[in-house]
Amino acid sequence: MTQSMLKTQSLPYCKGCGHDLIAKHSTKALEELGFAPLDVIMVTDIGCHGIIDKCMNTHTVHGLHGRSAALGAGIFFGLEEHDNKKVVVFIGDGGATIGLQHIMEAARLNLDITVVVHNNFLYGMTGGQTSGLTPHGFRTTTSFQGNPFDGYDICKLTHTAGARYVSRVLGIGDISADMKKAFDQKGFSLVEVMEICPSYGVKLNPKRKLKEIVESAGKEVGEWVNEDAAFKQQQGEKVENLLDKIPRVPMSFDRSLNTSKSLVLSGSAGEGVQLAANLLAKAAMLTGLHVTQKGSYPVTVGVGFSTAEVNLSPEDIHFHGISVPDMVLITSQDGLNHNKSRISQMTSGKLFIDSSLELPETGAEVIRHDFRGVGARNAAIHAILYFAKETGLVTQEAIYKALDLEGKSDKIPLDKIKKAMAG
Amino acid sequence: MHEKNNTNRVLIDGSRLIIESLARSGADAFIGYPITPANLLYLYGSQRMDLMLSAPDEITTLQWMAGLSATGKLPVTATSFPGFALMIESVNMAYMMELPMVIVLVQRLGPATGTATCGAQGDLLLLNGTMSGGHPLPVLATSSFDDCWEMAAKASEVAIKLRTPVVLLTSKEEVMTQKSFDLAKLDDIQQTEKKWYSKTCCEYKPYKAGKDLVPDFLPVNQGNHQVRINASTHDQDGILQHSNKEAMDNTKRLEEKVRVRMDDYLFYDLDEEAKAETLVIAYGITAAAARDAVARMRASGKNVSLLTPKTLLPLPGQYAEIIKNYKQVVIAEESINNQLGSLLFGQQMPGNITFVGKMGKMIAPEEIIKEVRS
Repeated sequence: MTQSMLKTQSLPYCKGCGHDLIAKHSTKALEELGFAPLDVIMVTDIGCHGIIDKCMNTHTVHGLHGRSAALGAGIFFGLEEHDNKKVVVFIGDGGATIGLQHIMEAARLNLDITVVVHNNFLYGMTGGQTSGLTPHGFRTTTSFQGNPFDGYDICKLTHTAGARYVSRVLGIGDISADMKKAFDQKGFSLVEVMEICPSYGVKLNPKRKLKEIVESAGKEVGEWVNEDAAFKQQQGEKVENLLDKIPRVPMSFDRSLNTSKSLVLSGSAGEGVQLAANLLAKAAMLTGLHVTQKGSYPVTVGVGFSTAEVNLSPEDIHFHGISVPDMVLITSQDGLNHNKSRISQMTSGKLFIDSSLELPETGAEVIRHDFRGVGARNAAIHAILYFAKETGLVTQEAIYKALDLEGKSDKIPLDKIKKAMAG
Repeated sequence: MHEKNNTNRVLIDGSRLIIESLARSGADAFIGYPITPANLLYLYGSQRMDLMLSAPDEITTLQWMAGLSATGKLPVTATSFPGFALMIESVNMAYMMELPMVIVLVQRLGPATGTATCGAQGDLLLLNGTMSGGHPLPVLATSSFDDCWEMAAKASEVAIKLRTPVVLLTSKEEVMTQKSFDLAKLDDIQQTEKKWYSKTCCEYKPYKAGKDLVPDFLPVNQGNHQVRINASTHDQDGILQHSNKEAMDNTKRLEEKVRVRMDDYLFYDLDEEAKAETLVIAYGITAAAARDAVARMRASGKNVSLLTPKTLLPLPGQYAEIIKNYKQVVIAEESINNQLGSLLFGQQMPGNITFVGKMGKMIAPEEIIKEVRS
């Protein structure tokens, strides 16, 4: 004999509670659809509905308040097609209020799960407070005059987000056919079952009938469908190994430096500062040096300064911070503004600065050159080539080779730069 | 130039090493919401992991990870304090549910949003207090590129073997700065085997643990045994309970599991020097400055030892034992409140222990040297 989904028909709910009806008719619907208990992964939220777990023969996952739709979504993502599992999320109106974003996201992505919202118009477990789904005018322990606000229309929201199937039903009589329809969808489905909490709702709203409450709140009973909506897993291109395709930088030239040097290269965003620093770092590696490189720029990455810090050393580098650098290369006003303070602290070393800029206070030896003459976009590369020529700390040949390694040789107007340097 | 023919030298960042290591050691999904300075981890995770999901926020991130973990995956995320703050309740959930996952926490300057592009070491006490009930959350830290490789793999191993969320603690400058590095230095990484309950004859109790304190795992996408996973107080069957003995024993076991089993995952470097009466202690990004500081002091004739803790939580007792052997101890950490020292000694900081701290900038080697000589 096939095992039933429910261990018992005697469920732990207050007399007249709609949660009892939902549990019995949900399980009945799943059984009628041919699911065995262990084909179903029941994810429950916090609230009275959540104590159903112990009565279920399905897999059960009991999480946090409001998060069950996201937890169920995560389980769905981990399933394989051949697993043939059905993820069902039970959640209350309180949980749906806290976790509205999770429900909307699952609807938007059309994840193949069914969310059953037990909307009994208030927080039952904590004392009958108003929820985000409490209908307008309904009295709760925190709104004795009736809820002055409209509750969220969870059906409209999820339908608009793209859910495959959404329905609202009154929690009266046999609702198994409604549940069955929702469970049988390929894509996201949600059923909002309307009920009145017998402990708080009935007492605070005597003589009011469920149908009338729902209608007067403007909440239509019905179903809403988005045709052809189903989740498709889309993954971008993957690599099997993140280390395989990084350019190797073999030592190709004799070492040109016997002590550590720190260098700051700074200019404007979009002027190739980070690329130039990367080329300089790789050129140094090609000459047998150890290097570190890091960039700094405003949060709006396409505007303002762009600064790169590079350390060069014959030894392995541990600490890579640069307070007052040995060398500074400035190619624009943005770069100068960003580094004025540390340039002023330099008592030795060299400052290479574009000849268009006003000279800042510094104790460093100043070397002026028209880096921007080859066009702003190439000013930084011009600067490192000029730096190589003037200092010999790395060679221009090594920078050219670094350009080759990066496959960028043909993208930089090297002839123009060479001419500018010669001039 | 004996290395002249070496063809494995690259310019690389720690983020790349961490993600590759996690993938090789068993992680198979990256879930995340982008945040500076964890962006590179997010990028590499999307390229390398079999499954990558962009979550709409960090609470969803952790919930999706927990769901994936319940199906037998080892999910990974990377974040910084603002994101981690949102994850905390869900980290508690995953811990209670005993679902393995790895969270790479890239520290940046706080409090609150602080400065996104500025590194820091300000989250250790937060991690120590992450779990309600004071349960220990395993935290391993990187202190070098080698650690990005080795500790990341250990984080996967701890997560799988102990069935728990694990935090790999790092910081902005450790995962965003590029550095010349020889890939030939990297040891092979073995994938940690996910051992699942295999008996078909007997009743499966999802939270019944043997002497190893870790219950046998079964995913929810099999059909041989009923699996109950529960974030609320529960018994061995995974059924919600108020506070009966079986449930309390289970909650206590969670604490004991991490405290006892983390003894197998004690990682630190102790660079001892004979006759040294001074010990420098630094972890994470500050360990780099401490290495330089110690090397310089030794070069000038000062005998000094260096302790680099990598297993940070639960805090191993060995660190206090090592400290006892020294007359002078200097703890360096990029914070203003000596979080490691607080964990070690609370309000009763011994007089021979001093602190070098900083905010908004990395601690430089000379600052550690100055403190030792003061």
